[in-house]
Amino acid sequence: MESGYTITFAALGSQFLVGLSRAMILFIVSSGMSLVLGVLRVPNVAHGSLYMIGAFAAFSISSLFGGGSTGFWLALVFAPLVVALISFVAERSLFRHLYEREHLMLLLFTFALMLILGDLVKMFWGADYRSIMAPEMFQGAVPIFGSPFPKYNLFLLGVGPLVAVLLWLFITKTKIGKISRAAAVDMEMVGAIGINVSWVFAFAFVLGCLLAGLGGALVSPTVSITLGMDHDIIMEAFLIVAIGGLGNMWGALVGSLIFGLTQSFGVLFWPQFAIVFPYAAVVIVLTWRPKGILKSVW
Amino acid sequence: MRVLSKDFFNLRSLGPIIALLVVLVILPSIIPRFYIYILAVIFMTALLAMSLNMVVGHGGLFQFHHGAFYGVGAYTAALMLTKTSLPMWLGFVAGPFMAAFVGLLIGMFCVRLTKLYFGMLQISLGSLVWAIAFRWYSFTGGDDGIHGIPLPSLISSTKGAYYFGLILLILCVTVIYLIFKSPFGATLQAIRDNPERCEAIGINVRRHQLIAIVIATFFAGVAGVLFVVVEGSVFPDLLFWVFSLELFIMCLLGGWFTFAGPILGAAIMISLRTFVGIYTEYWTLILGIILILLIFFLPEGVWGYLLEKFGFQRKKLLEKEPDP
Repeated sequence: MESGYTITFAALGSQFLVGLSRAMILFIVSSGMSLVLGVLRVPNVAHGSLYMIGAFAAFSISSLFGGGSTGFWLALVFAPLVVALISFVAERSLFRHLYEREHLMLLLFTFALMLILGDLVKMFWGADYRSIMAPEMFQGAVPIFGSPFPKYNLFLLGVGPLVAVLLWLFITKTKIGKISRAAAVDMEMVGAIGINVSWVFAFAFVLGCLLAGLGGALVSPTVSITLGMDHDIIMEAFLIVAIGGLGNMWGALVGSLIFGLTQSFGVLFWPQFAIVFPYAAVVIVLTWRPKGILKSVW
Repeated sequence: MRVLSKDFFNLRSLGPIIALLVVLVILPSIIPRFYIYILAVIFMTALLAMSLNMVVGHGGLFQFHHGAFYGVGAYTAALMLTKTSLPMWLGFVAGPFMAAFVGLLIGMFCVRLTKLYFGMLQISLGSLVWAIAFRWYSFTGGDDGIHGIPLPSLISSTKGAYYFGLILLILCVTVIYLIFKSPFGATLQAIRDNPERCEAIGINVRRHQLIAIVIATFFAGVAGVLFVVVEGSVFPDLLFWVFSLELFIMCLLGGWFTFAGPILGAAIMISLRTFVGIYTEYWTLILGIILILLIFFLPEGVWGYLLEKFGFQRKKLLEKEPDP
């Protein structure tokens, strides 16, 4: 390398963990997008904005309670709920009237939502940079592979699989989850046997948005919370669900791992253009399997 | 068949078009400089929206990141004008060709997919182009962009840029119209309406779509060169995906199943942005509300609505597409 340092095993190992914890955030956000995509068949362009709102709401809630540990945990619970509430209102008031229309109209509606939410965030929180402290038990770092690794990222490594398992249990074991999956495969049939499809859609949409909010709340102690954080994540989520297989939750997990790891290793090899690596991975995957690695639900 | 204005240039429309052109030629000597500039921006954006509509309205492809190609055209021209000592016209010619080349590269990946997959992949690959322009400080100037681009004296004034834009717009729209009316254009519209059937009767659907993308991105590059002429600078916002979706709204606003709709859409949008932007910093909020109103109340666009209202063709425009 030009800078004269050699890539050691320790550096690789710690970048691997960094990539893995990044992948957990990406998974939580993109699984939400994948859920909406699977059931409603619409890429929710506003997903990134909801993620941003999740982060800002986490900031407000945590500072309301003095910014300590209690504030953090409350933020983690209530910020996603705030996001879910916003998406519920948007869905019931406007979005549901479009289900009979062309899919493009649904997509454009989510785009309109993104534009509106983006400016509302600017009105409420302004353009300043905000930050949250992680609770004390997750502050600092522990040495792994001989280099310090933030404790909070270890926490993320635990939360990611937990969310994956909960989500899996939810959509395979509960009735509403099973109905959602059925609606993803054949919406008309679900309607024909007397289930209110509109509410199934509402449920999937709100749950997907809740995951975006959760991702935003979880990421908030590790980044500076600011306007524009919606744009990066939405691109990443798009790519992840595209390479994973649209609507496939496990595909979102695989996609997130590919994305997070190529990104963090990319930083090691070519810092300025680390962003190129995940995109290159996407191009390779999609050349090899145009419909994504795992089976798309539709 | 959902295209209304099959005969955009018929005898009935010829009169108003010529009248409009005469007005546009005379206008710069009457109105203040600021309005000349706004009109020049409208010409440029109208050309861009027309090129987008070639693939979206005529081709039925979800070209979600058209702005990337526009930006590539603008950056190519700007870089050649500032960093090389090659003749200026070469930069102007290279812009569109570079845009078409990038269009070919990205299009090759995208046409393998359909509908939403197509759109999402294109947004992503286009964003990669944006990221490169945004971060490569030593070459593209990063987020500052490139300013003070030297231009030939003939077109460096606002009036010069205006006439240059007007001429380019007329030329390109004529060519787009000829393509639209050609057998290729007819095939493209047939593919939009029923790709399976076209495939069955032996049309190479992917190749036609790819050619359409290359042509459209070429015109996007022309619009990019025009941007350089009008603004004298380039910056990465040109390639940002939100702008591309804004272009999409322009086509929707004007009416994308009409030939001239995107011109109208661009004109309305640029005027709104200019005059609403004076009063509020929350332009995107207003844009979002406009878009929601459009989706709910005017899905066939202003031009489409007018055409339908005044009886050029009574067919309902946006029927729900039958499931394949």
